[in-house]
Amino acid sequence: MTVIYMDNAATSWPKPAEVSAAMIKTMEEAGGNAGRGGHRFAVAAGEILYQVRETVAAFFGSDDPFRVTFTANATESINLILKGYLKQGDHVLVSPLEHNAVMRPLQFLSQQNIQWSVLPAGKDGRINPALIEPMIRQNTRLFVICHESNVNGVIQPLHEISEIAHSYQIPVLADCSQSAGSIPIAIDCEGIDFLAFTGHKSLLGPVGTGGIVWGSHVDVNQIFPLKQGGTGSASDRYVQPDFLPDKFESGTLNTVGLAGLKAGIDWINRNQQNLVYLKKGELFREFLNEIRSIRRVHVFCAEKIENQGFVFSLTIDGIDNGFAAQWLDEEKGILSRVGLHCAPLAHRFLHSFPAGTIRFAASPFTTSQDFEACIEAVKILAENTTTLH
Amino acid sequence: MKEFVLLVYTSSHAIGIEKKLKNLGVPCKLSSIPRNLSSDCGICVRFDEIGLKTVEDLVKTLPFDIQEIVALES
Ligand SMILES: Cc1ncc(COP(=O)(O)O)c(C=O)c1O
Repeated sequence: MTVIYMDNAATSWPKPAEVSAAMIKTMEEAGGNAGRGGHRFAVAAGEILYQVRETVAAFFGSDDPFRVTFTANATESINLILKGYLKQGDHVLVSPLEHNAVMRPLQFLSQQNIQWSVLPAGKDGRINPALIEPMIRQNTRLFVICHESNVNGVIQPLHEISEIAHSYQIPVLADCSQSAGSIPIAIDCEGIDFLAFTGHKSLLGPVGTGGIVWGSHVDVNQIFPLKQGGTGSASDRYVQPDFLPDKFESGTLNTVGLAGLKAGIDWINRNQQNLVYLKKGELFREFLNEIRSIRRVHVFCAEKIENQGFVFSLTIDGIDNGFAAQWLDEEKGILSRVGLHCAPLAHRFLHSFPAGTIRFAASPFTTSQDFEACIEAVKILAENTTTLH
Repeated sequence: MKEFVLLVYTSSHAIGIEKKLKNLGVPCKLSSIPRNLSSDCGICVRFDEIGLKTVEDLVKTLPFDIQEIVALES
């Protein structure tokens, strides 16, 4: 049975062949420790990291490669901003569709009397910009916006939100875990101050890669680093360097993984015409419409198709989500993701808590045959809810 | 011709500057830092006098500070 991988919102698969090739090449030819020492292997590793910085910066519309900070994933990036920027007594506004990568650190920070509230939104969790202003308090210091939901694929009106936030001098942290690589993002045009990304989803890189892109006006002096340690620079001192990129990058970076991330982004840049948001956009919409038309199937997606990313969820009346997902895997080779998707806030808001949903997410490698197979399989499930148990 | 080194606070700045200088047509190379100049463990950018003016101009436009430009004793 061929595998139809529809769990690209968890991590994308397959990766372009260039990704693993770049990783092997880096391991074999640039095996030194970047920034540590001046021998050729160390310099080669440093040069690779610089190229990755250039590629990531350009991809998100930043012209300063040093405004890219590498982390292990979006979770670390978000932790860095929340813990490095917020202070005791601060208030944070979040979207109703936040992932636990945001909610758990915020819950932890509530011990320091840091409070959060949820921005008003439509039924699908898309924030209504007209209702934002009354939510802003004197001590509101940050907006956190999940750019594209990993539950229903709703894309938030980032630009409108950040305009309001900025008019109160409040910065915006955008969790671009799902959107980066599938929706074009220009950091300053969108009004993003802190752009958190992960490398292993739509950017098509390997796991263990991610980072922050800092908006061009952000003063990084106001952010404390999440960790301190060796950077290869200012080694005669115990104090942490205060300049980019070293300030936030203590410890040896994942040069091999980051070389793979660059190869993933290069692949996206070379294959613009194949990208999910262009060629696959139409296919995906048809797929979603077909699924929505199946009786007994409840789809969690954006109310307006123009606000829809490449992820959506569903439940089927009379059938357990876990059973359905297992049946899809075992009988049809379709790999979906069942449960709460690390996003209880989103599921509560969408009234799918605690049972969760079954999630489908496409990638540039998803074909029309894959979509058709999913439609057929969901139809079988929906039509046989009593007999399949 | 007199040789110079540009000392920076971190090796990634050296790599970035070397790339920019090469794009500007200035012959230069990354090299280990002469130990008498710094206690650090990184690298610096080495170039000839002919590139000095371009290097100085570039430094003014960078979003980070450099340590210094030093003439090497021959
Ligand atoms: C919206 C969102 N935010 C954050 C994350 C966390 O990403 P990572 O596990 O790569 O840190 C995910 C991944 O599941 C996500 O979908």
